[in-house]
Amino acid sequence: MTAESSTTNQAEELILAPARSIRDSVLDFLLYVGGLADLGMQTIRQTFRRPFETRIFLNQLDQIGVKSLSIAGITALFIGMVLALQTAYALANFGGKLFIGKVVSLSLVRELAPVLMALMVGGRVGAGMTAEIGTMKVTEQIDALRALASSPVRKLVVPKVLATTLMLPLLTIIACGLGILGGLIVAVGNLQLSANFYMRSVITSVKYNDLASGIGKTFFFGFTIALIACYNGLRTTGGADGVGRATTATVVTASISVLIMDFFLTKLFLLISL
Amino acid sequence: MTDSPTEDRRSVSRDSADRRRQTRDVFIEFQDLHKSYGPKTVLRGASLKIFRGEVMVILGGSGTGKSVTLRHMLGLERPDSGRVLIDGEDITDFTEEELYVPRKKFGMLFQSGGLFDSMNVFENIAFPLREHTAVTGDELENVVREKLELVSLPGTGELMPVDLSGGMRKRVGLARSIVLNPQAILYDEPTTGLDPVTSQKINELIISLQSQLSVTSVVVTHDIQSAFSVGDRIAFLNKGIFEWVGSTAEARDSDHPLLREFLRASAVVAAQPTDSSAERPEDSAPASPGVSRDSGSQIG
Repeated sequence: MTAESSTTNQAEELILAPARSIRDSVLDFLLYVGGLADLGMQTIRQTFRRPFETRIFLNQLDQIGVKSLSIAGITALFIGMVLALQTAYALANFGGKLFIGKVVSLSLVRELAPVLMALMVGGRVGAGMTAEIGTMKVTEQIDALRALASSPVRKLVVPKVLATTLMLPLLTIIACGLGILGGLIVAVGNLQLSANFYMRSVITSVKYNDLASGIGKTFFFGFTIALIACYNGLRTTGGADGVGRATTATVVTASISVLIMDFFLTKLFLLISL
Repeated sequence: MTDSPTEDRRSVSRDSADRRRQTRDVFIEFQDLHKSYGPKTVLRGASLKIFRGEVMVILGGSGTGKSVTLRHMLGLERPDSGRVLIDGEDITDFTEEELYVPRKKFGMLFQSGGLFDSMNVFENIAFPLREHTAVTGDELENVVREKLELVSLPGTGELMPVDLSGGMRKRVGLARSIVLNPQAILYDEPTTGLDPVTSQKINELIISLQSQLSVTSVVVTHDIQSAFSVGDRIAFLNKGIFEWVGSTAEARDSDHPLLREFLRASAVVAAQPTDSSAERPEDSAPASPGVSRDSGSQIG
């Protein structure tokens, strides 16, 4: 009887352990999403509260926007060049050279520039934000802010989220321009197309809807990346090791979120433009 | 020793605290606080009254939840059950924004100082003034300079926190915590990680601020030397409840077995010779009426 009962318990445990693990993972995920949504609401609310942290906000614009220009520019320029080369190669049998301007510009404006900028800036800026806020958290600076009757959301989160939400679209516009320039360099230098033909092809291909869809997505990307980065920073525990883990989590979570959001936002913008 | 200025201030402060206690003017009150972090229960029904104007020392071993009690006073932590009353007002269910008002009544010295790394000493101390007052320009500079002098750190305004020693960080943290003239100051392990001489300076600073500012002070520590130096009363926290509460004099004579054991063990540790204590000059020996004077006979 005891042996039978023990076997039953072991069987139950075999079934229940994975079920418990799944339940815990789902709960953790829901708690994370709930916390993120709560911080998002607080951020929106605090954005309209006075006094606005102008000095910190301008500093963040510089940190997030101006200091990301080089990484954004190099990425976009070379992606445009590679895109031109690959298009010419892949469509060689169909007179692909003639479509280089159209393919490069539409790919960049609608998809590549927004997503790549989000991934690059998300990696650079998001990791930095989490490391900064996470370090403040484990060294009691966040508690000190709260103890001094100040809001960490207003002081730290709002300027970062707002600056990222505004700077990512601007970086994407610059990236689009530089990517198209990269395509032009290859088209003229390697593929013997005239600059005039390439640019006319770009201008006639890119419509207002393409720009709205591509740039529109980046507002959502910027907001989400900064929010995830700040949230991970604020929930950091465990000293330097915890800061390292939180920073890694930010890069992974922000990248995956951008890719998933990209699909749904693209569908949404397609629906709107129809 | 008893004629020293520190002792005089200490004595005046205690008289004042005794008078206030007689009026039963409670400033901070815990009612049956429970707090758990996951499976770990930290507070199991902690109740305590702290009277206006006194120095209450919360004593206990490492990991007994002393700092957690301090954080409840500011609303930095919320209890699972029980009530927290500040100045007669129940703040237990306050939102983060509603907590700003009671928090302005407090100054808190964090264990690591809690200084903002991105700001220099001046900016750190000026931060609460810029946040909550209209003080600017020369007036702001004067207030910051005055507070820096109060913690014996004049002329350090331009230094960054990274350039400061542990003791200096705590003193700057203390200057920042008193810049809005709070009604109460909370000290989280003020002497932890400091050498004996610096610890004594911090203790003297606490006593000096107490007599100059006439505030309510709550000191969380496991350092009995510090506890008896600065405290009017002691609350002994063990296994999530305040096992014993009484005056420092009563604590020395207490027959509560756990408190006696804690004090005896601490006295043994404190009595063990170390390089730093061996080199300590005579004039920097503790000016306290506590363990340094009579721990051997009264505690043991």
